Amino acid sequence: MRRSNYPNYSTAIYLKNKLAISPWLFLMPGIIFFLIYVIIPIFQSIWVSFYEWDGLGQAQWVGLANYVELLDDEYFYTSLKNNFIWLVLYLLAVPLGLFIALFLNQIVFGIRFYKSLFFFPFVISQVVVGLIFSWFYNPNFGLLAHIFTSLGFEPIAILSDENLVTYGIIFAGLWPQVAYCMILYLTGLSNVSRDLMEAARLDGAKGWKMLWYVVLPQLRPATFISVVVTVIGALRSFDMVAIMTEGGPYGSSNVLAYYMFETALSEYGFRLGYGSAIATVLFFIMLIYITYFLFRLYKNEKGA
Amino acid sequence: MFPKPIATRSSSYQLFYKIALPIALIFWLLPLLAIFMTSIRSSVDINTGNVFGWPSQFLLIENYSEVFKRSQAILYLKNSFFITVPTVVLSVLLACLAGYALAIYRFRWSLPIFFIFVAGNFVPFQILMIPVRDMSVSTGLYNTIMGQVLFHSAFQTGFCTFFMRNFIKELPFELIESGRIEGVGEVKIFLYIVLPLVKPALAALSVLIFTFVWNDFFWATVLTQGESVKPITAGVRSLNGQYVNNWHLVSAASLIAAIPPVVMFFLMQKHFIAGLTLGSVKQ
Repeated sequence: MRRSNYPNYSTAIYLKNKLAISPWLFLMPGIIFFLIYVIIPIFQSIWVSFYEWDGLGQAQWVGLANYVELLDDEYFYTSLKNNFIWLVLYLLAVPLGLFIALFLNQIVFGIRFYKSLFFFPFVISQVVVGLIFSWFYNPNFGLLAHIFTSLGFEPIAILSDENLVTYGIIFAGLWPQVAYCMILYLTGLSNVSRDLMEAARLDGAKGWKMLWYVVLPQLRPATFISVVVTVIGALRSFDMVAIMTEGGPYGSSNVLAYYMFETALSEYGFRLGYGSAIATVLFFIMLIYITYFLFRLYKNEKGA
Repeated sequence: MFPKPIATRSSSYQLFYKIALPIALIFWLLPLLAIFMTSIRSSVDINTGNVFGWPSQFLLIENYSEVFKRSQAILYLKNSFFITVPTVVLSVLLACLAGYALAIYRFRWSLPIFFIFVAGNFVPFQILMIPVRDMSVSTGLYNTIMGQVLFHSAFQTGFCTFFMRNFIKELPFELIESGRIEGVGEVKIFLYIVLPLVKPALAALSVLIFTFVWNDFFWATVLTQGESVKPITAGVRSLNGQYVNNWHLVSAASLIAAIPPVVMFFLMQKHFIAGLTLGSVKQ
């Protein structure tokens, strides 16, 4: 007895220590990479936002001066306003994605092929989407101008119109985003409980009522992820603005992400401190959503 | 199934649906079709305003080879591959290890570390831009392929770890437990028990990361200058500047940039969608 117990006992001690150390060994490479390139830079950026710095010479501590300057910067307000417009209109991707998903959720010949082609725009780089739509909007030979002319209207140069330009870019951005939401909903729809639907059908539910009271509640996870990725996408919008207008005309289509880049790294100057202040503002706006997401995740983990 | 299966509807409704489907698709892909049609036209067509009529000549091969001849498209494509493929390998590898640790071991820091990975994955790029660029310049990684690979790998590790951790957590824990009781070492458990079971997740992550990194434009702009290490996305943008009024060439170049992720998507469609929708089914 004693002889057979002994190794078990020592294995237990060994196991205990092994289980305490092993996770850190597995985690170490990932953590180091993530710390160096993601976590530490966040704090460095916030730190830089308290300096006036051109990237070459000596950085000068200016305290909150960059933030005070932001309060009087009309370009900053335009960008902030545009980010808000992006956020609101970009969320249209969620119902539109649901709409297309409902349209495609059928079993007919070739439907899988249709689904993948509808998803297509999401796979393409935003640079390419931006170029496609720049061309689409081109007042001289774009598709839209062509449609306008054939209907007897004067073509509108959407991307040179201060009042329309942001909407034009958002419309282009919606194209891939709707595709993304669509695929999330298609997956969700394939998991909708048949039993619940049958029961509801026996109770006389159909059409809109069925959708609203029976199907949508079951699609909540898909809706949640759609909203999260769309909000993040809206606040991250950079590529489309850079490709289609570079924030123009006269800064009217700027968003925080692009304005930050322009301030810190373009021919308009190397104001790294000021750029960091813009980035910090954007970061804290984003942090609201990140916190909300983590909160949901936490509740989920505790529930599981 | 919702909406009601089409097969239970009247035959005229079915016919209507089958006609509506291709029409809707054509409208949905109209911008793409139009740019493809532009990419096979002659410059004469473009300049005379024949952009939507029947092309006077079909120049599919001519236009596309013109792009390769007149630009550094080959170099850009090569750069994109050398940035994307190592990033996929490195970030998936790091995430396997980290995800395994976070899913299997119970320790106090498990959830906080997991949350940091998730949160980091959502931050705006701009909050990282200046320090990352600065660090790349001072370590000689600025304007190199390696610099881009290291950054992308680190950043994508956040999403990949989130993904792998959730996937591994779904595996039956008894498998690992029984391995431990048999006295199998932790590394061997990882290599021989867990790794074979997460192959679908590896495939899903690989296609996703490939697409994300291939399509990156922001970091290509921030971490490079000049043409030598530019990926195709940034390359197409600079072509757009050079080829003013050569829309047939810009269109062709754009489509060339789009081909690899599109091919990847079609080949690995099941994995791609599985990856994208993980977590949206059960929450």
